[in-house]
Amino acid sequence: MKKLLAAALPAILAFALLAGCMSTSPSDGGLSGSVSTDGSTSMEKVIGALGEAFTTENPGVKFTYNPTGSGSGITAVLEGRCDIGLSSRGLKDDEKAQGLAETVLAYDGIAVIVHPENPVTGLTLEQITKIYTGEITNWSEVGGNDAEIVLIGREAGSGTRDGFESITGTEDICKYRQELTSTGDVITTVSQNPDAVGYASLASVKDSVRALSVDDVLPTEDTVKDGSYKIQRPFLLVTKTGTALSEPAQAFFDYITSDAAAEIIAKAGAVSAN
Amino acid sequence: MLKRAKTDKPAEAVIHGIFFLLGFVAVGCVLLITVYLVIAGIPAIREIGLIPFLFGTRWASTAAEPSFGILPIILTSVYGTAGAILLGVPVGFFTAVYLSKIAPAKVRAVLESAAGLLAGIPSVVYGLVGMLVLVPAIRNLFHVPDGASLLAAILVLAVMILPSIIKVSITALDAVPKEYEDASLALGATPIETYFRVSVPAAKSGIAAAVVLGVGRAMGEAMAVMMVAGNVANMPSLFQSVRFLTTAVASEMSYSSGLQREALFSIALVLFFFIMMINAGLNFLLKRGAGK
Repeated sequence: MKKLLAAALPAILAFALLAGCMSTSPSDGGLSGSVSTDGSTSMEKVIGALGEAFTTENPGVKFTYNPTGSGSGITAVLEGRCDIGLSSRGLKDDEKAQGLAETVLAYDGIAVIVHPENPVTGLTLEQITKIYTGEITNWSEVGGNDAEIVLIGREAGSGTRDGFESITGTEDICKYRQELTSTGDVITTVSQNPDAVGYASLASVKDSVRALSVDDVLPTEDTVKDGSYKIQRPFLLVTKTGTALSEPAQAFFDYITSDAAAEIIAKAGAVSAN
Repeated sequence: MLKRAKTDKPAEAVIHGIFFLLGFVAVGCVLLITVYLVIAGIPAIREIGLIPFLFGTRWASTAAEPSFGILPIILTSVYGTAGAILLGVPVGFFTAVYLSKIAPAKVRAVLESAAGLLAGIPSVVYGLVGMLVLVPAIRNLFHVPDGASLLAAILVLAVMILPSIIKVSITALDAVPKEYEDASLALGATPIETYFRVSVPAAKSGIAAAVVLGVGRAMGEAMAVMMVAGNVANMPSLFQSVRFLTTAVASEMSYSSGLQREALFSIALVLFFFIMMINAGLNFLLKRGAGK
């Protein structure tokens, strides 16, 4: 009896597996296949919303997003491990030389955030530069309490850090107190420390922290779009030049760069470029 | 019964083969990782130079003129581990003596399972609690601008290594033959004298193994430390933000490219070397214990 069961069980399992595979075959007449994206964690909200909208319209397409970081996403496209790479920093020259092309999908404002109890409501770009390079070390120098400024930043290689440092002109000279590995960690840490200042993508800023105005412009969708808010960066789609995208990937690419996608991108907190 | 054993002989051989293969999977993984780490870690060391890499004091991997000195990172790992051992070992050791020799059976059952539970808590949870409770507490208690520091990491690591120290020490202390203790008690020594003069020395190789295991655990921990240590590659100082070997690899790996990525593999190789040394030490202690 036991032996019979032992023989029957794998057979049943195998059959179930087969049945499972068959049921996922495309039922619609439209597109089928898969679109894989890989890259920037900052783009998670935007690309997630776009992927969802796209697969609702094309149920036969399987959409995947792998949140690995801009650098990993670029490498993934290069090695052919995904269809479209996502980067929240511009491609470097050596990356372009390897046959990669970038398309701007949207713009993201980087908000400078402080604890809600901090009396400082705005800084100039110059003050931010001086704070992050250690020239200004006390909040009282910019109109706040007499307390040491605690600088919170991101790890080397992060797209947000790269964006922030290149805009504020503080590349490689930031005197960080903490280097954290995710936007969420930065927000949590700033919300815990009344003397902290950090930066995070505008889309993910929550009520637990307050965004500062930069040169008297508060970071909002409108000020990022019209360019009056200074600290902003592009969200890029990275593709291989010379290699055609697969049919579903090309359809996805066209869809997210179309006018129709602008609203979805706006809902996800970024500003559409198209 | 006998008849069955005979008919199953070919099956026996097949099972034997399967077990051998499964056993080889583990060995194969270790070999693969070792070979991969060495191959991946050597090029950057060669490019940077062994001395500038190990003894350089500035880590700026993405700077325009990158610098790859990991001395602050190595020292942080060493100091952090030493600090955790300094705090964790006495607590763990005395807990183990109490639980093994003094505690009533019920207390022991409760405390031992509590220690087991402590071992089962994922390190990200330790990190989260450290980040939300310990870091602000250090900030307020010591009036420093920010609580994320070497001290916070040491405290978290000290708690994390407790279960392994307690469990292994208890096993060693339980294994001390009762006759030793009976003889000591019969000669007029008090129970406490007996535990510390007879039982502990008899179990010393096991307890030493427990400490080494704790060192290994503290050295290799990444997640919890990453959330409380601040991750800036400063020279270690108690209230400064610091970066450990593990967090150096973990925090930059996802976005890294080129020489930076290769240098991260080299850091992993250095860490691997440290862990191997600790393992060798552990094996040595355990062998010496078993040889007695």
